[in-house]
Amino acid sequence: MENLDLISILGSTIRLSIPLIFTALAGLFTERAGVFDIGLEGKMLFSAFAAAVAAFMTGSPWLGLLAGITVSVLISLIHGFASITNRGNQIVSGVAINFLASGLTAVLGQAWFSQGGRTPPLAASARFTEIVFPYAAELRDTGFIGRFYANIISGHNILTYLAFLAVPASWWVLYRTRFGLRLRAVGENPGAVDTAGISVTFLRYRATICAGILCGCAGTYLAIAQSAGFVKDMSAGKGYIALAALIFAKWRPVPVMLACLLFGFLDAFANFMQGKSVPGIGEVPVQIFQALPYVLTCVLLAGFIGVARPPKAGGVPYVKER
Amino acid sequence: MINKLIGATFVAAMLTSTAMAADIKPALVYGTGGKFDKSFNEAAYGGAEKFKAETGIEYRDFEPTGDTQGEQAIRNFASKGFNPVVAVSFAWTSAIEKVAAEFPDTKFVIVDAVVDKPNVRSVVYKEEEGSYLVGTVAGLFSKTGKVGFVGGMDIPLIRKFECGYEQGARAAKAGNEVLQNFIGTTGAAWSDPVRGGELAKGQIDQGADVIYAAAGASGIGVLQTAADQGKYSIGVDSNQNYLHPGSVLTSMVKRVDLAVYNAFADAKGDKFTAGVQALGIKEDGVAWAYDDNNKPLITPEILAAVEKAKADIVSGSVKVHDYMSDNSCPK
Repeated sequence: MENLDLISILGSTIRLSIPLIFTALAGLFTERAGVFDIGLEGKMLFSAFAAAVAAFMTGSPWLGLLAGITVSVLISLIHGFASITNRGNQIVSGVAINFLASGLTAVLGQAWFSQGGRTPPLAASARFTEIVFPYAAELRDTGFIGRFYANIISGHNILTYLAFLAVPASWWVLYRTRFGLRLRAVGENPGAVDTAGISVTFLRYRATICAGILCGCAGTYLAIAQSAGFVKDMSAGKGYIALAALIFAKWRPVPVMLACLLFGFLDAFANFMQGKSVPGIGEVPVQIFQALPYVLTCVLLAGFIGVARPPKAGGVPYVKER
Repeated sequence: MINKLIGATFVAAMLTSTAMAADIKPALVYGTGGKFDKSFNEAAYGGAEKFKAETGIEYRDFEPTGDTQGEQAIRNFASKGFNPVVAVSFAWTSAIEKVAAEFPDTKFVIVDAVVDKPNVRSVVYKEEEGSYLVGTVAGLFSKTGKVGFVGGMDIPLIRKFECGYEQGARAAKAGNEVLQNFIGTTGAAWSDPVRGGELAKGQIDQGADVIYAAAGASGIGVLQTAADQGKYSIGVDSNQNYLHPGSVLTSMVKRVDLAVYNAFADAKGDKFTAGVQALGIKEDGVAWAYDDNNKPLITPEILAAVEKAKADIVSGSVKVHDYMSDNSCPK
């Protein structure tokens, strides 16, 4: 494989991983606080729709991002209200959000724009476009390093850089702040946190709000950075893949990023290998490469990463002892 | 919108019971890409709207969202007395086969597939011919000698587009290379613009500067990416030149509107015939789009070459290989 192809695949890997990274980090916050969140997919879809609509109406990607985050936080609060305050089943609440997102976005899109649930295409000024770093164009033709700089370091939109910043930021919040310590504690042993005089409910709500913000970024990325508008069901299962990445990474921030990059890479590799012939085998049917990410996930999960133990209090609504 | 349609149909139905016998109750079932995909289904919608505007006869339509809904919709229309029932997707082939046998007095039309029943008209297109023309344009226009193709679902029908395109590009300039990708293998492949854009980006990275998208609504992502990257794209089914003027080089127009319009009009005029209609360049069933949006891109040489290719295909001196005839594409 030539260097050029490698660069191209790596560039594609990054673009495909960003929504996964944001979403998996969102899941990290809620699940570490003891609230399972199957509804990541739905929140991503809702925020993609909101971002596309707001960016179209106002012409500003920043207002789009704001709208995406706001809507996603609101949906998170609904999930919180159902599963924290009312102690409902967290899985059921999440699944409900997914169904609601898939249906409601399409219906509202059709009602407002009459384009089959799609939002109108956005102009370049209403999107997050690629940021080109200084000298990227000059360095593009100067060997591997130059090309790496031009295509991998430079040439992404602002949300991409934000996603990679969100990883150390999440680590810092979770492991180096008082809020993070309490958040992790509430996912392992909410009784102890409660005994210390800290509100379990309030902590968990704050965790779901963090998740809402991150999911909002993921949806916004899909709708107004990667594409130029909302399309029905455009999240295409990324929320579930992010959940898988989260489990894969055993609920830790940096491994989460690596797992997402791995899934992104497999996706990019499958795209790239279509129609290419493999030495010694000839042209391999594209279905094999499309199945590769799933096969690898099974193999890795089964054999290599060992037991993934979720936070102890995950999925259990907290009931104060009487 | 739906309510209005239903209401209008009721009114139309009441009127027809007293009006002359020539009035019909046509129905249209789209493919899973959605009615406003700016491509295949939207072309069908355009044909039905044209019929409505000309005759004042209302029609009913349905957008199946999954592969299982088509048969229900077709049977539902037939059992409610709609006639003719037009289904515009190869995906409804088996559905039409079943339902046409159940309702022998109803006229059915299937687009993009062949169903051999006495009450079914099958409209197929010679996409290879239209794709050959846009392939000619791409082959002459490309500066890198590499042109791309992004298909929707990986099925013989879409490979037929690719094959015609490839032949055109190679004939235009010897040594032209064609990169090809398909979005997926399920119905979801028609509505995944993110993957469409990503595949287009990959092809651009590999040196392609013109990319032909035959992928329904996923093609929107391909066209968008090409425009973002300052490259060129080719639209499909409907004339998509207006989507990104200056970046969409041309479109392979497939006159699905004609199939729908003719079906409705023939049923109205009692001229409906069953059997296979194969529409190529000669029959105006496929064409390349040349309008104000892409005029600045098309040089006189390209224009002349395409017109010549067109004439050659019509006269029979150039024979474009049909992928579906033997499931292979000559290299």
